[in-house]
Amino acid sequence: MKKAAFILVLCIGLLLAWAAKDFPSWGDPQSPASSSPVASHFIANTGVDTEVPNMVTAVLADYRGFDTMFETVVVFIAGLAVFSILRGGPKNRTRDREFVVDFEPDLIVTNTVRLIVPVIQIFALYVLAHGHVSPGGGFQGGVAMGASFILIALSWDLKTALARFPIERCFTVAALGIVIYAGIGLLSLFLGGEFLDYAHLAKIFPVSPEMARYHAMLGVEIGVGFTVTAIMFALYASLSTDGRMRDGL
Amino acid sequence: MFEDGSIFNQLLVERLNYFIYVVLLLIGLWAMIAKNNLIKKLIGMSIFQTAIILFYVSIGVKEGATIPIYLPEHDPHGSHAQLDSNQTELLSHGAKVLEASAVPNYTNPLPHVLMLTAIVVGVATLGLALSVCLRIYRGYGTVEEDELLEKLEREDSRKSGGSNKRRPRRRTPANKGGPAGQSKRGQTTEKTKSDKPTPRRRQASKSRTKTNGPAKEQAKSSNRENDKPKPVKRRRPARKPKEDKS
Amino acid sequence: MGLELFNTLILCLLVVVAVLSLWVRDLVVSAVVFAIYSFLMCLLWAEMGAVDVAFTEATVGAGVSTVVLIATVFNLKRKAKD
Repeated sequence: MKKAAFILVLCIGLLLAWAAKDFPSWGDPQSPASSSPVASHFIANTGVDTEVPNMVTAVLADYRGFDTMFETVVVFIAGLAVFSILRGGPKNRTRDREFVVDFEPDLIVTNTVRLIVPVIQIFALYVLAHGHVSPGGGFQGGVAMGASFILIALSWDLKTALARFPIERCFTVAALGIVIYAGIGLLSLFLGGEFLDYAHLAKIFPVSPEMARYHAMLGVEIGVGFTVTAIMFALYASLSTDGRMRDGL
Repeated sequence: MFEDGSIFNQLLVERLNYFIYVVLLLIGLWAMIAKNNLIKKLIGMSIFQTAIILFYVSIGVKEGATIPIYLPEHDPHGSHAQLDSNQTELLSHGAKVLEASAVPNYTNPLPHVLMLTAIVVGVATLGLALSVCLRIYRGYGTVEEDELLEKLEREDSRKSGGSNKRRPRRRTPANKGGPAGQSKRGQTTEKTKSDKPTPRRRQASKSRTKTNGPAKEQAKSSNRENDKPKPVKRRRPARKPKEDKS
Repeated sequence: MGLELFNTLILCLLVVVAVLSLWVRDLVVSAVVFAIYSFLMCLLWAEMGAVDVAFTEATVGAGVSTVVLIATVFNLKRKAKD
């Protein structure tokens, strides 16, 4: 079986390598991907339409905002599914663990983490808010924020982290993120535009249509950040305790 | 062999990146098929996903182009450059459509956007797959594929053997001996020799078979009590520690 | 020239690390080597000009993905059979 798999994989590899020789050369400015009209339109018109210097954030949150909304929903569903798979089903008896974790939280580690975690969280918020002008945005900031909670769980124990961010609140915050995202989209729908067409938000806020898109992008990224933060921590909490929410890593 | 225009030159020198991505794809694919441990299979799946993301991002690379964030001279908010402490020069006058000569200076932002989504969805998929692995471990006690297949085959043969034997029991409830009862007894003795997870599995199967219907349940329980008093007795002591712990 | 050398080196290292991650028997070592793989990819993308993707991979791949793998292995057997 393994030999057959190896031979099959080699055959596929040879086919792929044969196809790879027909690719445009590396970094060619005239390659179809680099000179496509869609990309040129995005590069040329992002400044005029949205006044956001970071083209990737603009395309992610404005031009392709629908994709991002459903990606957020996918992350949310994955977190919910992990929680319900591990929570439901036959209750696991306490199997003997390979490495038992029952030491006291170390003094140096806890005090260092106590100093570092606020800095991490502020940096995560900065990355989220500054995603318009520098690399960053909702996902990166959200994951960094979730990682700060995981750091608390790793240096003390999971109980301390869950005391600060209980698992029910995790899912509430995650759902709130999606509600914010879809809410901004629906708001622009009610104001006469299409779903997620942020320019129509200029009718109720005293800004120009371009700045309306700018600020709506920030709102949308905040929604994404909420969901990603909560789900990353919920994922860690469910997986490290096998659904029990006790004696975590 | 390595002269210009030959296939080796084309593949290994000009397009080395694409060749390496193909190699990574193959490593990931082979790991998903041939590895025994489920966690190694998942690592193979992750390697496969990241190789595809690598490939996708690299088709948008432009030689000599900068990152897809507006340079200060094209900044839509307008920017000033400080020439010296007294004068500032207006570098850009605000938002305007970028002229076509300046467009090739920027990398294509579209593959980056799509792959941002792909990375995040990849980690969500990994988390979900790991939770299914944990459930499999909880149910079968192992995450090695060959042991799992063995246990599933045994369960299948036991279930198919048991369900055929259930029907004669219903028609003749007082039948204690006979070929059906003997083989069932033979199966239990075989199970008692095996390792730890089987008592729990037997309980799980019993709990599953209990939901089949009241008539069958009465017939089965009466038959079981008549034929094999042992499993009934063994069930109760095994339950008590569970209740204490939970 | 220097950039191409850097590119080639990182790519070869990537293949080596991928094979290593699948070869070791200990699952925690496998997860940590997978983190190395993530970081190397982040470097590669930063060199290619995809800074947003590099940022995301650095946080998600080397941060959350590794921790989640180790947290799962914590509940399973640490030694794989092959």
